[in-house]
Amino acid sequence: MEPIGLGYLSAGIGAGLIVIGAGFGIGKLAAAAMEATGRQPEAAGQVRTSMIISAALIEGATFFGLAICILLAVK
Amino acid sequence: MIEPQAIVDTLKHAALSSGDTIPAPAAHSAAEHGEKFEFGHLLAHMQNSKALEFPGGHVELPQFPPIHVGSLAIDFSMSKHVFFLLLSALIVAVFAIYAANRNRKNLIPKGIGNLFEMFIVFIRDEVALPNMGPGGLKYLPFLLTMFFFILIMNLLGLIPYGATSTANISVTAGLALVSFIMIQAAAIREQGVTHYLAHLTGGVHWSIWPIMIPVEILGLFTKPFALCMRLFANMNGGHIVLLALIGLVLLFRSVIVAPLSVVFSVGVMMLELFVAILQAYIFVMLTSLFMGFGMQSEHTEEHVEHSHS
Repeated sequence: MEPIGLGYLSAGIGAGLIVIGAGFGIGKLAAAAMEATGRQPEAAGQVRTSMIISAALIEGATFFGLAICILLAVK
Repeated sequence: MIEPQAIVDTLKHAALSSGDTIPAPAAHSAAEHGEKFEFGHLLAHMQNSKALEFPGGHVELPQFPPIHVGSLAIDFSMSKHVFFLLLSALIVAVFAIYAANRNRKNLIPKGIGNLFEMFIVFIRDEVALPNMGPGGLKYLPFLLTMFFFILIMNLLGLIPYGATSTANISVTAGLALVSFIMIQAAAIREQGVTHYLAHLTGGVHWSIWPIMIPVEILGLFTKPFALCMRLFANMNGGHIVLLALIGLVLLFRSVIVAPLSVVFSVGVMMLELFVAILQAYIFVMLTSLFMGFGMQSEHTEEHVEHSHS
């Protein structure tokens, strides 16, 4: 197993794990948002705004990992 | 038919050379009908280059030799991303001044004054006042400037022959540096230097200070670093996905893939539009949040609660 091959492999596995993490986190977030909207439909606007902000922050963490994967893949 | 090395080189150029520039003639040396497919021309739209491209041809940007100050070499030569930085600043300045004049004349804002007022009221009521309290109004011009600047820079990348300056890590690092300075300045101005340094210790016993203070100082730097990386990666992500989708057509070298690829590309571009606006808002909101954290202290805590209902 050459280091370069291991580097590409780790980048690929890392990208998959990143997507799992992001999907899981944002999925839980969306579920909580739907439930909150169902309980109190008049708060839907507030809930939607907070949901989008939280999604953007979670995606920010996702992109850190993605940047490291890209660094691995091109080294 | 599919050369993995070409794809790896593409990503390598995209990830590592966002700060480098490629000379203008190389951007047009792609062999579109040749034997080996060149991603170079497709990639040139994502990278920084020393020339602007127009439908007719390209315009070389002025280059200056680097100025040596001590051991640093400062390069003022203009590149595509620098040009779009200046263009965005010009657009924001021109439109904002024009809108301000229009709003001064009409008591009820209409037209572009109304548009700016909508954004300004939104930032003031949803971002500045809840996060920073009534003392945050004096930082409102800074937040609004950042918001419009980043917004226009992000949006300029979506028009044909445009480039996203914020896809360059140097640009986002500069913006994060400005945010960092403003966060510390807001904290120092509200609390005074001694209280600000006292917060760095975190209120623990003095024997743990040697551990606490480096950790707190590191924590000071991670937040703007996160701002920088978030904006950079979000702006680049859309472009990389578009590169992959459009490159798919050119890689398979058949027209059959084209409708699928174009439809997905349109979808990705709409997502990119949304992400451009959202990331500008997130940058400004997080900056104001961190400023608000710095501005809170024991004797100002009761003032922060009086935000809008």
